[in-house]
Amino acid sequence: MINLKKPKVFIAYDIFEDSEKYIGEYCDYTKLDSSKKRSFEDLKEGIKEADGIVVMGTRIDDELLQYADNLKVVSNVSVGYNNLDIEAMKKRGIVGTNTPGVLDDTVADTIFGLILNIARKFPKLEAYAKAGKWKKGDSEEFYGKDVHHSTLGIIGFGRIGETVAKRAKGFDMDIIYHNRNRKPKAEEKYGAKYVEMEELLKTADFVVVMTPLNDETHHLMGEDEFKLMKKEAFLINASRGPVVDEKALIKALEEGEIAGAGLDVYEQEPIDPNNPLLKMDNTVTLPHVGSSTLKTRQEMAMLAAKTIVDVLYGRPTDCIVPELR
Amino acid sequence: MSKPKVIIGYPIADEIIDYVKEHCELIYFDLKNQNRYEELKSKIKDAEGVIALATPINEELLNYAPKLKVVSNITVGYNNCDIEAMKEKGVVATHSPGILDHTVADHILALMLAASRRIPEQNDFVKSGSWKTMENPSLFSKDINGATLGIIGMGRIGEEVVKRAKGFDMNIIYYNRNRKPDIEKSMKIKYMQMEDLLIASDFVVVSTPLTDETFHLMGEYEFGLMKSDAIFINTSRGPVVDEKALIKALQNKEIGGAGLDVFEQEPIAKENPLLSMDNVVLTPHLAGGTKKTMDALAWNAARCMVETLEGKTVKNIIPEMK
Repeated sequence: MINLKKPKVFIAYDIFEDSEKYIGEYCDYTKLDSSKKRSFEDLKEGIKEADGIVVMGTRIDDELLQYADNLKVVSNVSVGYNNLDIEAMKKRGIVGTNTPGVLDDTVADTIFGLILNIARKFPKLEAYAKAGKWKKGDSEEFYGKDVHHSTLGIIGFGRIGETVAKRAKGFDMDIIYHNRNRKPKAEEKYGAKYVEMEELLKTADFVVVMTPLNDETHHLMGEDEFKLMKKEAFLINASRGPVVDEKALIKALEEGEIAGAGLDVYEQEPIDPNNPLLKMDNTVTLPHVGSSTLKTRQEMAMLAAKTIVDVLYGRPTDCIVPELR
Repeated sequence: MSKPKVIIGYPIADEIIDYVKEHCELIYFDLKNQNRYEELKSKIKDAEGVIALATPINEELLNYAPKLKVVSNITVGYNNCDIEAMKEKGVVATHSPGILDHTVADHILALMLAASRRIPEQNDFVKSGSWKTMENPSLFSKDINGATLGIIGMGRIGEEVVKRAKGFDMNIIYYNRNRKPDIEKSMKIKYMQMEDLLIASDFVVVSTPLTDETFHLMGEYEFGLMKSDAIFINTSRGPVVDEKALIKALQNKEIGGAGLDVFEQEPIAKENPLLSMDNVVLTPHLAGGTKKTMDALAWNAARCMVETLEGKTVKNIIPEMK
């Protein structure tokens, strides 16, 4: 009788019971104690004999990979994979995977939640009402800006961008976008219009950044870009923090060059408690929860579990990141 | 001929005041006064027109107003007006249908997203410096895409909510006095009896006017029917909801959360338990509160008042007086 040895998986992110069970059916696994803060030592130890590792946002680079003797696959429980050092992985023939598709709707909802909450001054209204300060007679400082019939500018028109456009149609918004490639089908479907970046920034009432983070998109939004935006326009970022030059954003907000910002991501996460963004009432600041509904997180974890098993068993999968296919 | 004398009991933009002054003599305009009503009683003697926001127009006040011809309500709701008393005295009431539908529908979606995705709570979490670890499963939230939306009261605002909710792939059901076959077909929404709607919905949105029939439409029994993780939204009028029953339902976790713009008492009392609940999103009766919409409402009220006093046909007279 041949006793086939199961592949070894190191689960370095707290996935759900059903996805852990799924991995357990096909692989031997160890996992990080989720109640403890993850240290590099723990990672080093865990990755040593692993054929596969499940992570979310953990930096995978030369420094860590030198300890990985058997590693074949890094399964990332997110759609962004800027935590992967692609060259270091390529060199060693390690595959990286992500979880495209399952989180598009939830992230698009987050973006719309940010748009509506910042435009209608929810942080201000909530603080006022909940502190028991509400007095008779409205004050104009609480009046917000209409989302309906305004212009939405989407930078980076991928799956999530298109899902945002679908939502925007219900609000009778004019949709403009900028992307490396034009998307004629989406243009037709959502009435979206392709424009150059400069025109988008000058025209949009809401600028939504929806690009992946790479060398070209690092600090895509900087001082010059904020200057081009309308004074009453808002910036929305739920992609990756470093796509925006945060110092320039803070300056633009402080100097009234833009009206406000809805943010789910930051250059440093968790954010420094002294960051000026936290003192402002014209910002909505979420703790990187774009995809964090219970349902979507469960689906993402299950997809990551299935993908790591697929790769380790040599089955086809759609979830290998393009650069490592 | 002297100009008719009028009162404006609400803050409005200068250019609208100028317009009113072209046609009328403005005899009283004070908005910050906390005793507005007493002040109004003393000043209304000579007034032929009043621009009002939620000011109770009842028999008592009308007894002080022998010359009054028109009460021009800024808002679309006019439950502040005692219609019978006004009819008896021959005073016309106008309101503002259609103007704020889009803005209120936006606000309803904003409340739905804020409550289900816990946006204010997460914003506070970050701003108070509590964000210490990347993952915080205790803050995981609930999807609105694909969820079931139940709308009680399918008027113009309800229809605008439907249009927006379609973009989130929501399943939409509604209850209304009259069925709306056209919308059912064009928007693919389903009619249900109120009880069935409450049982089936992940989000319950109340969008009815306040009348004798809709007073405390949502009470203990109705909240009891809702799913324990469902979210309740009210931007119509406070008394459509039995607030004590709502508070109890939230405290006993019979429902998942609420997004509220209106309350039985406004401004809301400091001691109201709703103020200290994490799963409740509150805004201070500002569902129509964008600069653009507020200006449009005030313009409408000013025009309705001036045109009524000039004997012109006014289209925004309240239905009961047409």
